Amino acid sequence: MQGLFARVLIALLAFTGPVSAQDIVLGMSKNEIGITAFFNGSEILIFGALKHETATSSAGDLDVVVTIASPRTPVTVRRKDKRLGIWVNVEAFDVDLAPSFYAVATTGPFDRVVSKASDLWHQISVRQLIRAVAVPPVTLNKDQFTEALVRVREEQGLYQLLPGSVQLQEQTLFSTSVSLPANLVEGAYSARIFVLRDGEVVSQYQTAIDVHKVGIERWLYNLAHERPVVYGLLSLAIAVFSGWAAAAAFRLLRG
Amino acid sequence: MNIYLPIAEVSVNAFVLLGLGGLVGILSGMFGVGGGFLMTPLLFFIGIPPAVAVATEANQIVASSFSGVLAHVKRKTVDFKMGGVLLIGGLVGAALGVVVFNYLKSLGQVDLLVKLCYVLFLGVVGSLMFAESLRALRKSKQVAVAKPRKKRGLVHVLPFKMRFRVSGLYISIIPPIVVGVAVGVLAAIMGVGGGFVMVPAMIYLLGMPTKVVVGTSLFQIIFVTAFTTMLHATTNYTVDMVLAVLLLIGGVIGAQFGTMIGAKLKAEQLRILLALMVLLVCAKLAMDLIVEPAELFSLGVAGGH
Repeated sequence: MQGLFARVLIALLAFTGPVSAQDIVLGMSKNEIGITAFFNGSEILIFGALKHETATSSAGDLDVVVTIASPRTPVTVRRKDKRLGIWVNVEAFDVDLAPSFYAVATTGPFDRVVSKASDLWHQISVRQLIRAVAVPPVTLNKDQFTEALVRVREEQGLYQLLPGSVQLQEQTLFSTSVSLPANLVEGAYSARIFVLRDGEVVSQYQTAIDVHKVGIERWLYNLAHERPVVYGLLSLAIAVFSGWAAAAAFRLLRG
Repeated sequence: MNIYLPIAEVSVNAFVLLGLGGLVGILSGMFGVGGGFLMTPLLFFIGIPPAVAVATEANQIVASSFSGVLAHVKRKTVDFKMGGVLLIGGLVGAALGVVVFNYLKSLGQVDLLVKLCYVLFLGVVGSLMFAESLRALRKSKQVAVAKPRKKRGLVHVLPFKMRFRVSGLYISIIPPIVVGVAVGVLAAIMGVGGGFVMVPAMIYLLGMPTKVVVGTSLFQIIFVTAFTTMLHATTNYTVDMVLAVLLLIGGVIGAQFGTMIGAKLKAEQLRILLALMVLLVCAKLAMDLIVEPAELFSLGVAGGH
């Protein structure tokens, strides 16, 4: 409720003052990632230029933030506690939608580059992104669960905060690279670029990165979902054949 | 060398999978257990989603059991007749088990119940086997030739008697069917072939000779796990063929080595080793329940397990 109120307030404020438009020209090393059998993560290079309409020297320095997000899916976070001497799941909380991968690259320390209000409004940090969509009946320790979700995924390298990894030259040219892990899930990933001045967003740009399985990965996935009986029988046939082949090979080896 | 698994949607080292498959395959060939009770927790550990691990493991067990059983067929240590009777019970049990599993799932906490099932059964079966084989080992040292026990138990009194020539038994078919059903239920709930329960049950309840038990158990497991694989593939789409192939390449080779090692060991030694391994896994699972975990929170797919 509070978050909603704050966002409405900011939206109203946003209309009151003129926002100087900054055009963003963007380039990416790839806008499509194919997951092959030997897929081992991917490095994506994001670069571009800011087109200025007015002289930049008059105002403060610009900052650039680049985020890359996977499609969002529901996640259940469970908490363990000791009951009758053993550790069991006692509480569960459903986070409605959370990305399985999220990276934030900035030109400087996050808190300096992005103001609290901008973060709240544009959902730049992963915590805001998750909180923005999780609006169940208010539970006492909801924060504890979303915090745990972020912590677990940060440890797995799925949520990355990369302060200072965006290079901005002459207030115009920017570039950064984000490495995507090998454990990517398929879907339409979104890349967002924010241009900020004094913590406030002055311009933004959004584009999609298509991540999908190719080749044998695609074929097996489709077969498993479209013809499950054939897929199951094929799995069993492979199992029986390799069992037989190993036995036959060993018989030959031993003469 | 990392490889991306299409169904599990994770990237894992192919050699780790080959190694795991090989290790479990050796155990499978030695003891006539599918090895699922060992492999499934190992797969969780390397980051395979649980649903995929359980389903794919069933597929892999088909391969290693088939490979193992062929070696036993050659040595004529498979009692097909007994295996068939156990299998009838096993399939009925597996179907019942799926019903029980879904009921427990609707109550929530199915993970905990599965783990408690593991600890309880591994603990009981492991300690009974350990104590018994220790006694047998001591006895065989004192007396050169251990006398075969000829006790007349329930298996001889009940009706519908049948002759099992390979096992050298003339017993009622009711106990084997009951054993089959019980193991089938457990197998479905715990997501394993059930060999670690089946093997002791055959030795101690049915009085089958140890040499025949391993082959017969493997024979029976092939069909139960094939049935489970099809069930998972058609209802949950969680069988990962790439994962299965990597595991089973290691598994079938391991199973051959395991059978060779098993043939060289004495029955008592074989049993004591299996008992120790079962107790080890049990202790590990019990520790996980008792010791405070480093991370109290865990993530899961919403709306299911």
